[in-house]
Amino acid sequence: MAKIHIETTINGEPTEFLCEPHESLLTALRNAVGLTGTKEGCTTGDCGACSVILDGRLVPACLVLAPEAQGRTVVTIEGIADGEQLHPLQQKFLEHAALQCGICTPGFIVAAKALLDANPNPTEEETRYWLAGNLCRCTGYDKIIRAVLDTAASRVSTRV
Amino acid sequence: MNIRYEAPQTVDQAVRLIASDPNAKIFAGGTDLLVQFRAGLRQPTALVDVKRIPELTRITIDAEGLRLGAAASAAEIGEHSELKRLWPGLAEAVHLIGSTQIQGRATVGGNLCNASPAADTTCALIVNQAQCVIAGPRGERIVAAEQFCTAPGKTMLERGELLVAIRVPRPAPRTADAYLRLIPRTEMDIAVVGAGVSVTLDASGVCTAARVAVAAVAPTALLVPDAARALIGTRLDEAALGLAAEASSAAARPISDKRGTMAYRRTIAGVLTKRCATIAAQRATER
Repeated sequence: MAKIHIETTINGEPTEFLCEPHESLLTALRNAVGLTGTKEGCTTGDCGACSVILDGRLVPACLVLAPEAQGRTVVTIEGIADGEQLHPLQQKFLEHAALQCGICTPGFIVAAKALLDANPNPTEEETRYWLAGNLCRCTGYDKIIRAVLDTAASRVSTRV
Repeated sequence: MNIRYEAPQTVDQAVRLIASDPNAKIFAGGTDLLVQFRAGLRQPTALVDVKRIPELTRITIDAEGLRLGAAASAAEIGEHSELKRLWPGLAEAVHLIGSTQIQGRATVGGNLCNASPAADTTCALIVNQAQCVIAGPRGERIVAAEQFCTAPGKTMLERGELLVAIRVPRPAPRTADAYLRLIPRTEMDIAVVGAGVSVTLDASGVCTAARVAVAAVAPTALLVPDAARALIGTRLDEAALGLAAEASSAAARPISDKRGTMAYRRTIAGVLTKRCATIAAQRATER
């Protein structure tokens, strides 16, 4: 069967790719577009490793069909930093050592960005609930939560 | 693998697509369908994405009540302050489904069409007298939410039919709903038992109307008229709540599985009925 030609916007760049009709956005991003920062974990929507922002909404890319991206906007981990300048979340993840093996980290950063976009000053409880769909088998989560809360706190204090 | 992706822009186009191909599957959030498809449990010939049909993703509230597009995401529902104010129990049931990421995809229409006995939204829809708006080759028909699912994984949808929207009448004065489920962790699990209650109180606090439904205790979510009867005409005192709980336990015909035994589920169906009725009554009092 012929592949489908998709025109979309990824990390602000107009992008075209070819995909199978039943292919996930996750595999299209990784294989057709070459953006391998989005990780494959469970492929059943349970682990959060493939978190991307589709039209402003946090979603698991494994449960989005690649053809759905037609005419939409997608933000992946590659679109989070500003060129060489790390996003504050990325900087705080480094400072707090909020990662070990790193496979879950892109999903956590994207999910945490979606959280701070929606709620710039979340409580610890709100942060833990929001990120409950992102699994990490290394850190025990605490450093991740601290990194996100520290990001929020320093951005709020910077604005004041 | 020979499979098509279709993205119709109207209900008529979607109906034509599924009427002409019995193995085409309606695709909304994909949180159940894609998992089943990749596990080899379903082999559709086409995935018909209905999210480009405006009326399937729209949420509107007017004098009549709510019209919830079948493919509106849980996240959009959670951001709808008027919906949450009028139907807090329904909003809670929707919010309980999955993680933040899953909320961005999952839909109430999909939750109904997947027809899991443990589906969280079904009880909340049933107690709110929700009506399913179905489009098909012979036009539109309306079916009560409690009649939509017929067995685990089965609905009353016929070939070529599509769930378009769910209509929920505006609550009467001093009417409110609640939904609770039991899971052995704080979130992201499948209900061991679920229960929904809607009550209407008069100015003196007497219950004049009620609906009770329980989930995960039978092949489909159950409307429990005996539990409602136990509440109506009372002030929802301990005795009335106890009778309603007994009625829900008696209506339950659960199985034993890894999530709970028959006896446990029966008991919990009663406990949740009682707690839900108390929450719904408190909310109704505040209206």
